[in-house]
Amino acid sequence: MSILVDKDTRLVVQGITGREGAFHTAQMIEYGTRVVAGVTPGKGGEWAAGSVPVFDTVREAVDATGANASIIYVPARFAPDAILEAADAGIPLVVCITEGIPALDMLKVRAYLDQGASRLVGPNCPGVITPGEAKVGIMPGHIHTRGSVGVVSRSGTLTYEVVYALTLRGIGQSTAVGIGGDPINGTSFVDILCLFENDPETRQVVVIGEIGGADEERAAEFIATRMSKPVTAFIAGQTAPPGRRMGHAGAIISSGKGTAAEKIAALTGAGVRVARHPGEIAEMVAALA
Amino acid sequence: MKLQEFQSKQVFGRYGVPVPSGELASTPAEARAIAERLAGPVVIKAQVLVGGRGKAGGIKLAASPSDAEKVAGSILGMDIKGMKVRKVLVDPASDIRKELYLGMILDRSRRRVVVMASSEGGVDIEDVAARTPEKIVQVALHPFLGIKEYQARELAAGIGLPREQIPAFAEICRGLYEAFMASDADLAEINPLVITGSGSLLALDGKMVLDDSGLFRHPDLLAMRDEDEETPEERQARSAGLSYVKLDGQIGCMVNGAGLAMATMDIIKFYGGSPANFLDVGGGAKADKVAAALGLILSDPNVESVLFNIFGGITRCDEVARGILKALADTPTKVPMVVRLVGTNDTEGRAILQEAKMATAETLMEAAQLAVAAALGQGGAQ
Repeated sequence: MSILVDKDTRLVVQGITGREGAFHTAQMIEYGTRVVAGVTPGKGGEWAAGSVPVFDTVREAVDATGANASIIYVPARFAPDAILEAADAGIPLVVCITEGIPALDMLKVRAYLDQGASRLVGPNCPGVITPGEAKVGIMPGHIHTRGSVGVVSRSGTLTYEVVYALTLRGIGQSTAVGIGGDPINGTSFVDILCLFENDPETRQVVVIGEIGGADEERAAEFIATRMSKPVTAFIAGQTAPPGRRMGHAGAIISSGKGTAAEKIAALTGAGVRVARHPGEIAEMVAALA
Repeated sequence: MKLQEFQSKQVFGRYGVPVPSGELASTPAEARAIAERLAGPVVIKAQVLVGGRGKAGGIKLAASPSDAEKVAGSILGMDIKGMKVRKVLVDPASDIRKELYLGMILDRSRRRVVVMASSEGGVDIEDVAARTPEKIVQVALHPFLGIKEYQARELAAGIGLPREQIPAFAEICRGLYEAFMASDADLAEINPLVITGSGSLLALDGKMVLDDSGLFRHPDLLAMRDEDEETPEERQARSAGLSYVKLDGQIGCMVNGAGLAMATMDIIKFYGGSPANFLDVGGGAKADKVAAALGLILSDPNVESVLFNIFGGITRCDEVARGILKALADTPTKVPMVVRLVGTNDTEGRAILQEAKMATAETLMEAAQLAVAAALGQGGAQ
């Protein structure tokens, strides 16, 4: 068991013939992910990454290969369309790596997805990995190891940092999920915490948040009232100045809201152990393992 | 990206929001000519991207064209919160009966565009929210429906707007919403929206903040970017494709990834140092970007040491190490550097840097402590 992706995941890659798409498709296949199809409009009938058939539409790819998850590597101006296409083709899990999608586009995409059954992870995220089973994303596979710690994060490289520290201590991960750094995304901390709580393989969870928005506060509320498994957290941006966007579109303290201090207080109040710096996370997890 | 007042009102005007018929001047003589054309008292308004212009003396009335020339002369060149006034807006002075507030924001938590209105216009809306929250009414708009007539009427009723102004108010709500959506805005604000002596509504001031991710489809709005309003560092960072925020500490940071960059700042603080900047050099940490980023960091005279924190991941660390050395060759400096490299081929990467006599570290904790010690002049890094 694990969450979201496993060895039975049949992945279609949207934007498979692009530079990023082609590179990461090869990496995912090398990791062992079952990449069953690719989609690039106008290139149907071709082959990519050696043995992956390319289709013009996601619907054709699903009909021909039974794909049940999609990953999107298309540029920001086409990505909203790609997400909606995957959802309309009935794909239950859509992971969008693309950074820089206009927020008002995501507003409509999310409202549309809320009416259907597809889950979107991202955009602007590193993806999802279940170590040893499937890598649906751009994270370096080799730093992960199979185990029982669930990881969920708004960041990319900071997640790698934490995962790698866990691996070096011999602590494996059940699944690591990047929910992305955009202000409007498809999946929240609470959504993933709920999945980890119900996953028998996951014994404890690491939450890596950052400044901006109130997703961490909602996570704190969920942890306090609905979670039995222990949670360790870190919030990036304790030294970030207000009113300035820190790289991620969603990482901004606006009108004094969304500070690291507020989030840390909410999590601490919910009984979560909050690390003071990323180096402490693995140590705190190890104490419970 | 923030728009200036005159630009925001220009955009609002395109969507049917009534705005004053003023013009922009960059010299006192131009201000005089505009006042002559407007033939009446005018208000001269400094165009700078900071709040509190009025209190700083950047907004003044002028009774005649010669007065306008004199007032414009006193405002142009003024320094308002570190911003030099280069342009003034010359608007016809309005006969104000009542000041209202109307604004729209993208509320990320509710995932809705939210419209806010208040009978308390002309003051900072955040102050109103803090002191008398009952005086702000809000409606959240469904993404598929936009703003409906009844919602505008509800807002009007909520702020006690006289019945005769309601149709015009509803029209302004619709226009502002269209301007918001068509510009990929994060915020669009009319403060104050005034009821004039003759009973009409007029958007006296305007503010827009645009979503940078949406700018690719708005070349007209992108052309409104005022490079004079950016610091040289911000301009340099933007043209190099780097995400950079200057801070006031002593330790320069170069990191790949926004979350890791913030965490690196945090750990510097944890070990008693203070970060000089936020900088995300992007995935891959390519040599040209590393060089541009290093130039940027070193242009800050407060920087006493530089910490590179690169999580290589799929990128090969030996390539990153060569990129760093190339960047250093192009940008000679005496500022001590500490490099922390992790990922594929990190041992080789560190060996390359050590051969070039650079201080390297394996963990972020070790690297942060070395960088802090170097900044405080306690050695540890070369």
